[in-house]
Amino acid sequence: MIGATIHELTTAYAAGERSPVAVAEAYLARIDALDPRVGAYLTLMRDEALAAARLSEARYRAGRPVGPLDGAPVALKDVFCTRGVRTTCGSRILETFVPPYDATLVDRLRAAGAVILGKTNMDEFAMGSSTEHSAFHVTRNPWDLTRVPGGSSGGSAAAVAGGLAAGAFGTDTGGSVRQPAAFCGVVGLKPTYGRVSRYGLVAFASSLDHVAPFALDIVDTALLLGAVAGHDPLDATSVAAPVPDYVAALAGGVQGLRIGVPDEYFGAGLDPEIERAVRVAIDVLRELGATIERVSLPSTEHGVATYYVVAPAEASSNLARYDGVKYGLRVPGKDLIDMASRTRAAGFGAEVKRRIMLGTYALSAGYHDAYYGQAQKVRTLVRREFEAAFARVDLLAAPTTPSVAFAHGAKSDPLAMYMNDVYTIPASMTGLPAVSVPCGFNAAGLPIGLQLIGRALDEPTLLRAAHAYEQATPWRQRRPVLS
Amino acid sequence: MISREDVEHVARLARLALSEAESERMREQLSGILAYIDTLRALDTAGVEPTSHAVPLVNVMRDDETRPCLSQDVALANAPDRSDDFFRVPRIIED
Repeated sequence: MIGATIHELTTAYAAGERSPVAVAEAYLARIDALDPRVGAYLTLMRDEALAAARLSEARYRAGRPVGPLDGAPVALKDVFCTRGVRTTCGSRILETFVPPYDATLVDRLRAAGAVILGKTNMDEFAMGSSTEHSAFHVTRNPWDLTRVPGGSSGGSAAAVAGGLAAGAFGTDTGGSVRQPAAFCGVVGLKPTYGRVSRYGLVAFASSLDHVAPFALDIVDTALLLGAVAGHDPLDATSVAAPVPDYVAALAGGVQGLRIGVPDEYFGAGLDPEIERAVRVAIDVLRELGATIERVSLPSTEHGVATYYVVAPAEASSNLARYDGVKYGLRVPGKDLIDMASRTRAAGFGAEVKRRIMLGTYALSAGYHDAYYGQAQKVRTLVRREFEAAFARVDLLAAPTTPSVAFAHGAKSDPLAMYMNDVYTIPASMTGLPAVSVPCGFNAAGLPIGLQLIGRALDEPTLLRAAHAYEQATPWRQRRPVLS
Repeated sequence: MISREDVEHVARLARLALSEAESERMREQLSGILAYIDTLRALDTAGVEPTSHAVPLVNVMRDDETRPCLSQDVALANAPDRSDDFFRVPRIIED
């Protein structure tokens, strides 16, 4: 049952054909055998997972599973607080941090009966696009172990792609779920900003952070989102809108939908093999009954620069809490400031320091208006262009990334790494829901992602179109071979 | 371009004790990144309102009621150093 979707697994549990305990054991055995080579996990939750699986099994035996995720083996990016299980954020500064509470995401997954297998590797504090900035180890792409899985949620993406979890959660701040989903050939959905509570998520850039699922297909994506979406009184930025039945909304296809194709997402820098695959995917949507039209989002070219002001500025403020006082690493110093400065120097890696410095600079006296203030205004321009596009179309279709998964060490220049986020950043800055769906492979056999972007809170239309595309194409059948 | 003095000033503000080599590498890398970001400064944004958040939410209120919270022991469990019911830090006040 490794490689089965969550809905296939839970259907088999309900029919008495499979046991949640046996499936959890099979996943844990596969992780033991293969994860030393993939490096998807930072912390395995073996005992907790088996205990949860036994409870799930008892519920099925009693004929009372709690819902469609009961007994589903899932993985969590190590950015979500798990009570009693260390939560490192991929950083030395939190290497020994054991949260005293569960994130709302974790609460809701437990309540839905999910079996949490462990905590996955990530770029330190979610800053990166390759998972190479983890303080602990790299994660390898299951399709080609010499390549990165993408990032920052690379461990979660590699776990789902490699059959080391049936589904997973990550966070997407500038593309950190969609980009690794594209690189690893799985589905990654960034829901609308505020759709999923962030209580207990270690903050990176608060106006941009989104909780986001990975799955093998769109039905699973809809199930995972439905289980965790909704208002949370503990997160003031969570939205109060009712949560629709995302699975029921998948029926109906794309007949009559208007899909816009933004010119600016097909410019210089896009790998021609990706352009070809995405254009073919758009043709499939047209053949399925959608109306395709060109649209223009001229501020796209300013997205990366805008993001790399806003995100580091917010990060520099959020990460001020790591001062060696309340939790995490402490390096002694002669006074409080010296202690904090030494602690942060020893505890943070190079990319985190770079972003803290960039953000502190952008917020410092004399520069605030020129950088942060200006970036927020450009963010408004980006938002207005999306609003104008969505006055004409229901969805946008574009590539998820300009390149396929690159080799470890290939992007040692920080700016080159940042440019990888060019197509994912705009939906992050506008908070619009966006999904990456597998849409083919390049000549070397590496996966390619199609990105669909929808209106705020219109995940039903977004997922319906993604589902129609997925069902019309064979990509989900092809899995990497790890042995 | 930013200078070594800028880097050292910002590092002080950010509470980061950078080594000599780190400061120099930071100066080079930040200069490159800022040169790219500076393209934003040329954009005409006169009269454009800033967007601080992706959704229009302001002043979320709730009733001011006490609720269960972490016990002192649990809240202090991750403290690098503690003294009784307090976080212990280096002396702040001079004699």
